[in-house]
Amino acid sequence: MSTLTPAEPTSSVPTPPARTTGSRRRGKSRMDPTRNNTAAGIAAWLLALLFAVPVLWMILTSFHSEVDAATNPPSIAADLNLDAYKEFFGATSGVSPWPSLINSATASIFSTVLVLLLAIPAAYALSIRPVKKWTDVLFFFLSTKMMPVVAAVLPLYLFAKSAGALDNIWFLGLMYTSMNLPIAVWMMRSFLDEVPVEMLEASQIDGAGLLLTLRKVVAPVAMPGIAATALICFIFSWNELLLARVLTGVVAGTAPVFLTGFVSGQGLFLAKVCAAAVVISLPVLFAGFAAQDKLVQGLSLGAVK
Amino acid sequence: MTTATARVSRHGSSTAKPSRNARARERAVAWARRAPLLPALVFLIIVTQLPFVATLIISFLNWNSLSPSKTGFAGIGNYVQILGDPYFLQAIMVTIIETVSVVLVSLLLGLGLALLLDKKFIGRGLARTMLIAPFLIVPVAAALIWKHAILNPVYGLINGTLTWIWALFGSDTPPQPDLLSSAPLMAIILSLVWQWTPFMMLILLAGLQSRPMDTVEAAQMDGATPWAIFRHLTLPHLRQYLELGGLLGAIYIVQNFDATFVITSGGLGTANLPYAIYETFYYANEYGLASAAGVVVVIGSIIVATFALRTVFSLFKKEAAR
Repeated sequence: MSTLTPAEPTSSVPTPPARTTGSRRRGKSRMDPTRNNTAAGIAAWLLALLFAVPVLWMILTSFHSEVDAATNPPSIAADLNLDAYKEFFGATSGVSPWPSLINSATASIFSTVLVLLLAIPAAYALSIRPVKKWTDVLFFFLSTKMMPVVAAVLPLYLFAKSAGALDNIWFLGLMYTSMNLPIAVWMMRSFLDEVPVEMLEASQIDGAGLLLTLRKVVAPVAMPGIAATALICFIFSWNELLLARVLTGVVAGTAPVFLTGFVSGQGLFLAKVCAAAVVISLPVLFAGFAAQDKLVQGLSLGAVK
Repeated sequence: MTTATARVSRHGSSTAKPSRNARARERAVAWARRAPLLPALVFLIIVTQLPFVATLIISFLNWNSLSPSKTGFAGIGNYVQILGDPYFLQAIMVTIIETVSVVLVSLLLGLGLALLLDKKFIGRGLARTMLIAPFLIVPVAAALIWKHAILNPVYGLINGTLTWIWALFGSDTPPQPDLLSSAPLMAIILSLVWQWTPFMMLILLAGLQSRPMDTVEAAQMDGATPWAIFRHLTLPHLRQYLELGGLLGAIYIVQNFDATFVITSGGLGTANLPYAIYETFYYANEYGLASAAGVVVVIGSIIVATFALRTVFSLFKKEAAR
C-alpha cells in the first residue's frame, strides 16, 4: 500500500468531475464515482456473450434437426424440434443413456453423503474444538488433493481387479469420496469458523450438551455452507472421467463415459451430441448456479471469502 | 485442576508436571478431540497414500501384464527409459506448454473480466451468470462441443460464421481454418481457456471486492489516475489472489485428461502426461513404465504444490489474524 506514489505537487488540481457523463444513471456508485460505467458495462456484456456463445449454440443446435445442425453457414433460424433429445434417449438406436445417468447419480450422491459424514466431524475437530497442530493436519488434507489422480490410478485399478470391484459403481463412489474429502474438509472448516465463539461458550455455560449445541448453535450457522459443500462435491463427482473410464466398463459406466461414445461421432449426429451435452450438463448447471456464491470459496479451498 | 490442564493442553505442551492420573485424563481429552478427525484421516491415507506407495514400488519393476513371465526388478530402468523416450519427453513438454499457457491466458482474461464486473452496470448479475456457465458444463461435454460444434472445419460455428461474414461482403471464398488438424494443441488450449477463465474471474472478483475502498478513495482525492490506482493499490492487493488462482488452476490443468481424450485422443503430438500414462498402462499394459511416469508427474506437482500451499497458507494466516 505504501508503494503508492506520494501525492503530486499541491498545484495539481484535484480530480475534476469531468468524466462523469456515464455515471448519470445509477448516480455515484460506491466503487468509483468518476468512472464511466456504461463503457465497462458494454464491454462486459460483449465478453459475457462471447463466452456464452458455445453454451447458447449447444442449446440451440440441440433443438435443430440433424440436417439443419450441420450446415455452413449456420442456420440460426431453422425450425426447432425435440428430435435430437428423442434420439439421445434411444428412440431408434435402442441405446439408452439412463443406466449411465443413474450410475452417475448413484456414485455422486453416495460419495457426497459419505464425504459429509466424514468431513463434518473432521472439520469440527479442526475448527470448533481444534486438535493440537490442527494447521498441519489441515495442510495434509490439502496436499493429498494436489497429487494427480493419474499417479494412483493403476494400483487402484489393480486392486479393484483383484478384489472384484471393477465395474462396480459403489467402488467408484468410494474413490470419488477420497477425491472430494480434502476440499470438503477445507470448505467445511471455513464455514464452521463462522460460528461465533461467544455463542459456543454461552451454550456451554448454560449446560447444553454436545448434541444440543451442535443442533441449536452450530447447525443453523453452518447449514448453508454444508449445502454448498455438498453441491460442489456432487459436481466434481458428476464431472469425473479418468477414474470412471478406468474403473468402470459395461455395467457401471457413468454419464461422462457415455459421452465419450461421441468422441469420433460423425457430422450426422451433431444435434444429438448437443442434446447429450445439454442433458448431462443440466444437473451441474443447476447445482453450480445454486452454489454460485460459495463456489469460489470451495474451489479456492476456503482461502478466499 | 482438571480444567486447568485441559486448558493448557489446548495451547500446546504443558510445562507443569501433572500427576499420572491427570496425564491420563489429558490424554483422554486429546483423544476425544482427535476422534472426530480420525475417520476422515484414516480413510484418506488408505485411499490416496497407499496407492501412491504402490505406484512408487511398481515404478521400479519390469511389468507388462501381457508378458507376465518377464516381471522383475528393473531398478531405475523405467525412469531411464521414460526420460529418453521422445514420446514421454514430448508429453512433458505438452504438459508444460498447456498448463502455462492456459493459466496465463485465463488469468489475464479473468482479470479483465473481474475488473469489468467489479463496476456497476445494468444487468451485471446476468452477465456474471453467463460468464460462469462455461465452468459449469461437464468437461467432457464442453470438449465435445468445441470439437464438433465449434471447431469442426466443415460445419463448425467458427467456419460457418466466417462463411456468413464473407457472404455479407459478396465473397464466396471465406477462409476455412482447420484448427483441429493444423494446430490441435491450440484447439485444446482454447477450450481449456474458455472453461477456466470463469474460475479465475470468480477468484479475482472476490479479491477485488475485499479491497479496502477507503485507500482507493483517498488516492482519488489526491488526484491519482485510474492507472496509478490500479498499478499501486489494486494490483498489490490482488497479487495473492492472482497467485492462488494461478496455482490452483495449474494443479487442475496439469491433470487435464478430458479435453485431450475428447478433442484429439492424444493424437498429433497433443498427449500430455496424464494421457500418456493412461495410454501406457491401459492400452500398452506397461505397468512399470506408466508408474514411473506417474512418479515424474507427482514430482512436478510437488514443485507446484509447494508454492500453492505457501500461497494458501499466507492467505490463511491473514484471515486468522483478522
